[in-house]
Amino acid sequence: MATETTIFSPELAARFDKLVTLYPVRRSALVPMLLYAQDEVGYISKAVVAEVARRVGVLENDVVSVLSYYSMLRTQPIGKFNVQVCTNICCMLRGGNELFEHCKKRLGIGHKGTTADGVFSLEEVECIGACSWAPAVQVNYDFHENLTPESMDKVLEEYREKAQK
Amino acid sequence: MADVTFTVDGKKLTAPAGTLLIEACRKAGIEIPAFCYYPNLSLQAACRMCVVRIEKMPKLQTACTTVVTEGMAVTTESDEVKQSRKAMVELVLGNHPLDCPVCDAGGECELQDMTFTYGAHESRYVEIKQHRDEQQWSPVVFFDRPRCIMCYRCVRVCAEGMDVWALAVDNRGVSSVIAPNEGDSLLCEQCGMCIDICPVGALTSGTYRYKTRPWEMNHVGTICTHCGDGCKTTLGVRPVNDGVEIIRGDNRDKSGINGDFLCVKGRYAFDFAHHEGRLTKPLVRQTDGKLAPVSWEHAIDFTAKKLREIRDTRGGNAIGVIGSNRTTNEEAYLLQKFARSVLGTNNIDHHRTADYTAFAAALKDKPGREASLRDFASARAILLLGNDPTNQHPGLAWQIRTNVRLNRARLYVANHEDVRLRRQARASVILPSDGYASFVSYLGGNDGAFRGSDLTASFRDVIRKEESLLIAFGSELRGRDIQALVDFGLSLPNTKFACLGDYVNSRGAADMGLLPDLLPGYIPVSASTQFAEEYGSALPAQAGLDLIQMFDAAGQGDLAALYIVGANPVSRYGIDPSALKNTFLVVQDMFLTETAALADVVFPAANLYEKAGTVTNTYGDLQLVKKASDRAGVRTDFEIVVRVVDKMGADPKKLVPFGKGVRADFGQSRGAETGEADRHAVWLVANHLEPKLSPFDPFAVFDEIQRLVPAYNVPRLNLLLGNDEHLKSELVQIESVAGRRDLVLPANDVLYTSGTLGRYSAKLEEVVASATILMKPAETAAD
Amino acid sequence: MAYLTTHPDVVPVVSYRFGKGATNIDRYIELDGYKAARKAIEMGPEAVIAEMKASNLRGRGGAGFPTGMKWSFVPKQSEKPKYILVNGDESEPATCKDRLIFEHDPHSVIEGVIIAGLAVGAKMGFIYLRGEYRYLLNIMEKAIEDAYAKGFLGKNIFGSGIEFEAVSHTGAGAYEVGEESALMESLEGKRGIPRIRPPFPAVVGLYGGPTVINNAETLATVPHIIRMGGAEYAKIGTERNGGTRLFCLSGHLEKPGVYELPMGYNLKRMIYEVGGGIPGGRKLKAVVPGGSSTPVLLPEEIDIGMDFDQVGKAGSMLGSGGVVVLDETVCMVEFALRTMRFYQHESCGWCIPCREGTDWLKKSLTRVHAGGGVDKDIDNIQYLAENMLGRTFCPLGDAAAMPTIAFVKKFRKEFEDHLDGKGCPYKHSLQHEAVLA
Repeated sequence: MATETTIFSPELAARFDKLVTLYPVRRSALVPMLLYAQDEVGYISKAVVAEVARRVGVLENDVVSVLSYYSMLRTQPIGKFNVQVCTNICCMLRGGNELFEHCKKRLGIGHKGTTADGVFSLEEVECIGACSWAPAVQVNYDFHENLTPESMDKVLEEYREKAQK
Repeated sequence: MADVTFTVDGKKLTAPAGTLLIEACRKAGIEIPAFCYYPNLSLQAACRMCVVRIEKMPKLQTACTTVVTEGMAVTTESDEVKQSRKAMVELVLGNHPLDCPVCDAGGECELQDMTFTYGAHESRYVEIKQHRDEQQWSPVVFFDRPRCIMCYRCVRVCAEGMDVWALAVDNRGVSSVIAPNEGDSLLCEQCGMCIDICPVGALTSGTYRYKTRPWEMNHVGTICTHCGDGCKTTLGVRPVNDGVEIIRGDNRDKSGINGDFLCVKGRYAFDFAHHEGRLTKPLVRQTDGKLAPVSWEHAIDFTAKKLREIRDTRGGNAIGVIGSNRTTNEEAYLLQKFARSVLGTNNIDHHRTADYTAFAAALKDKPGREASLRDFASARAILLLGNDPTNQHPGLAWQIRTNVRLNRARLYVANHEDVRLRRQARASVILPSDGYASFVSYLGGNDGAFRGSDLTASFRDVIRKEESLLIAFGSELRGRDIQALVDFGLSLPNTKFACLGDYVNSRGAADMGLLPDLLPGYIPVSASTQFAEEYGSALPAQAGLDLIQMFDAAGQGDLAALYIVGANPVSRYGIDPSALKNTFLVVQDMFLTETAALADVVFPAANLYEKAGTVTNTYGDLQLVKKASDRAGVRTDFEIVVRVVDKMGADPKKLVPFGKGVRADFGQSRGAETGEADRHAVWLVANHLEPKLSPFDPFAVFDEIQRLVPAYNVPRLNLLLGNDEHLKSELVQIESVAGRRDLVLPANDVLYTSGTLGRYSAKLEEVVASATILMKPAETAAD
Repeated sequence: MAYLTTHPDVVPVVSYRFGKGATNIDRYIELDGYKAARKAIEMGPEAVIAEMKASNLRGRGGAGFPTGMKWSFVPKQSEKPKYILVNGDESEPATCKDRLIFEHDPHSVIEGVIIAGLAVGAKMGFIYLRGEYRYLLNIMEKAIEDAYAKGFLGKNIFGSGIEFEAVSHTGAGAYEVGEESALMESLEGKRGIPRIRPPFPAVVGLYGGPTVINNAETLATVPHIIRMGGAEYAKIGTERNGGTRLFCLSGHLEKPGVYELPMGYNLKRMIYEVGGGIPGGRKLKAVVPGGSSTPVLLPEEIDIGMDFDQVGKAGSMLGSGGVVVLDETVCMVEFALRTMRFYQHESCGWCIPCREGTDWLKKSLTRVHAGGGVDKDIDNIQYLAENMLGRTFCPLGDAAAMPTIAFVKKFRKEFEDHLDGKGCPYKHSLQHEAVLA
């Protein structure tokens, strides 16, 4: 595998080479591989599907079938920072809906939208496991908890600054 | 496994331990409904329709995943169970479009049936239904998503049954959808199994959709006219202005040797019958050198007169006859009888696609050694030598795959190509394309014959340990090689054989004596006593000209007449048209083929779907062909020959011994339309009148075949019920094949070709052109 | 950053090392780490399982199956390799306890996996974390690496000659994968569709081998049980409900948080004492006692001990230990709708009743909440939920149906108040502003 051409960075390709050997069957590496590939490429492109299919030894439509099952995996590019607002029951009780509305207004985009500058995407998500610290938001993989519209603004501002760096 | 006893609805039942409850109930006549359960496919437990109450279980249980155990007490139709099933139907009907009045499946829809059974006819659903547009996945497969109930039968039959894996489930929850492998289209074998197995109208057929309703068709179970597997197909037909047209081919009752299977050709490639180039009027070449339509009477008179004149002036040896791989046994038999007893010639042959003659000789005095197609579904071990069944014998490939999947049969593949069945093989070897004979010799123990590796050595070792092997071989093996293979096979215990050849009745053509040196049943022309007695005239005792020799003779001016039925040798053998310029050429065909275009007389012939009779598949399974469709203007090959004979002044009753101790044909020859013949026969008997059988009754000829060819003397009851009967292969009577010319020319048709017929199937051409097929088809062959 | 909240009633067993830097393996060892694994090697499988049985530990994922018994179902002899699988796909709304364990004490999970492996004869363990917990996956990977470096994992663990491998694994967003057979499918690289059972995972599980699947909290508890002894552990809880549990308090509380309390702890006290009661002096309306799938309890039903049996007797379930407190400002129709929206989103779609039922219910509840409902709709919502219950392929259908049935039954009046164009009386409900203020 290592000698074949890859669309991934050398580090990620090396990680994948190892990943498939960790399990009794190569296929077990499929879901993590898709997630890690998405982290690097930004989304799961057709080229990602093709290479991952080759690496784990399954058909491409099988990979598509699997990836379309998992809600974190996407087949379209999005903004640099994906703002995922939880509105599930515990967050809802503590202002999750309002927080989501606030983000919509502040970013000027709707659910699964992306800002024109490509910095932010917005998504309403199901429970992210921050129930006791609600309402909560995940930006990419980072948690932000016990939020108010004001503290949310600060969070967004931090990321905007990061994007400019 | 040991039997267990259990109770269902108070009835005591017994079944082997490990039997699924749903199967055990069905066998006892207790119907348990199910959408997702399908026999021999993997279990899903998804539709929740088969729920039953089992004593001591807290919840309702799915009968499709429960195995029967000793003392189990089951209730299948309580109020609780009925309510649960009703709720499932209500739930699945929620977003269902309820477009039954226009849905293809309406009238044969399992969801409709369940709705009636469980009374979920008042909808509680008042939400907005989600509409999605219909999608076309290929020329022959359409998908209507809102109708889909997600039973996953299509996904499984494609993956597990076909080993194609073109369908998968995408998304999840209510967004779950059956998705084709190319995003919005299919790349597959286009077999249409997914359509056949769909319990509702979600998957529909490109040839059938929106054309009619199931109850407006007649459904005729007959035999597919394409390859040598002879799959049973059910044709949906309806009357039209110029006859009866075929609207649909499917596998409705699944009772045939093909089980659940039908391929792209069997399902869709019946449309050659409706091709615009179809001949419907006899043509006779006029003084201006052009073919012009004439009446049947004129064409028959003209032909008969001419043939009689040639026979009487130049003798039978100046006449040649070429038969077909696609006519019935009765027609093939009749043609050789016509040649030998009326024209007085042994110059008769056909396009040989496999060396059945050598096979018959090799099996002489070896009773019960020929495998039927059914045997492949249960054999413990199979050796496949040559051939690519996935492409050339899709029915056989299905049987082998199913056997490997369900029974873990051991498949061994030796081929010069990387055939697809290798995926199912326990072991396989690649041979040089000219290495079959030496490999057979190597198998037999001649180490020097084949330069093998460790792999070939271990391949040979495992095969030699098999105690019940089934050997199928392609046309790569002929003549003495077949003898050597059979000798090797017989050195193992319980080996059976199958000789693979193209076309629906290639085997029958050989069995019925469309050969210059052999009579029906491979009896040498020199030993024709029994035939002469039956025919009431002496038969020529010298072997005649074979197909190639006939054209040579024609070129040299020695063949005054050539009578060709359902064959296109000019294209197939690349004959120079000028070779035939001095030969009176008569052709019976559906189309103006390269051969017919050269003829002096062309008779528009019926095809296999438009006639009755029997055919023999390449495994020696004899099956009944029923008349399904009809086309105004055409005649069966059988009728044409009888009428020519009549006008030649011969006695048709001698040719077709009708009324001579024959049994009635049960109306098979009169078509499916009304059952009129049955009623007619009943009426005749009721009025103390003897049923008058017609000179066009193929069963009169079948009677004679059964008298003269003992291998064909199988019980007729089962045959007439539409089931296959395996030939008694031990009674084939050939002496030796030494010195025969090898004239085998394999057609090598693939999934998407079918000789001349394939060229006239618009649907097949569309499928090939659509780039939705898995394998590149070979050059379309002529026949 | 997830953190533990303290209260005088808290009994730190699982949370004993939280906040003490135990992600560092040396620190973990200082805090009695990996002692239990060494002890288990000395004890031998049978004694370990006996200890587990004595502890009365019941699965912390939600179903509450006795852990010791689960382990004892694994056949001693097996042609195929056996596996341990850690269910860290924590996704049930109102549940955020495993997150704390992975963040503060990853080695306790590893040690638990090793002990489980020793007990059933498995040589490999997988630690499956939900995809959203990426930072925890990094912590876990580091912990596994450190354990290998110390020789606690590998071909010869603790110099005992015993082999045990551990692999961490990430999901990619799917609640359904928390169901144990779907979890195995997902780990095998497939869609998270549950498997038909029987066979049960203890007999035919991962890669066809016998497999023990335990919740992360369950396995993190195991080393403590081995260390302190099963009987000691059992004493902390109530009858047949051994030990402590990480309760996740959320919703309308002054002090929401994760608290480790003994099994059987009084729910009312948990809300008013531990959780600090309801802000703004508002009245309690309802409590969801064990994650979003458990039937709601009325204020008069909450004077009960929080263990599997007592909550069951009260008509609900202890579930995952996520206690959601609802005050009087909550629209129960909206709450029911939001709950159903979740299950509709997470249904795997495999079986008819769950796939169609959750979607239909979501649509109906949306309409009723918006005022578009009529009297018949309430009955129909109940009819659909009752006909899903117990008939789906896996428990997700029950998880959607059970709370719905309870909402309709206990708050029918509130549903009726929405009907015939009236719409939600709680429109633009003030409780949010109150909380956010």
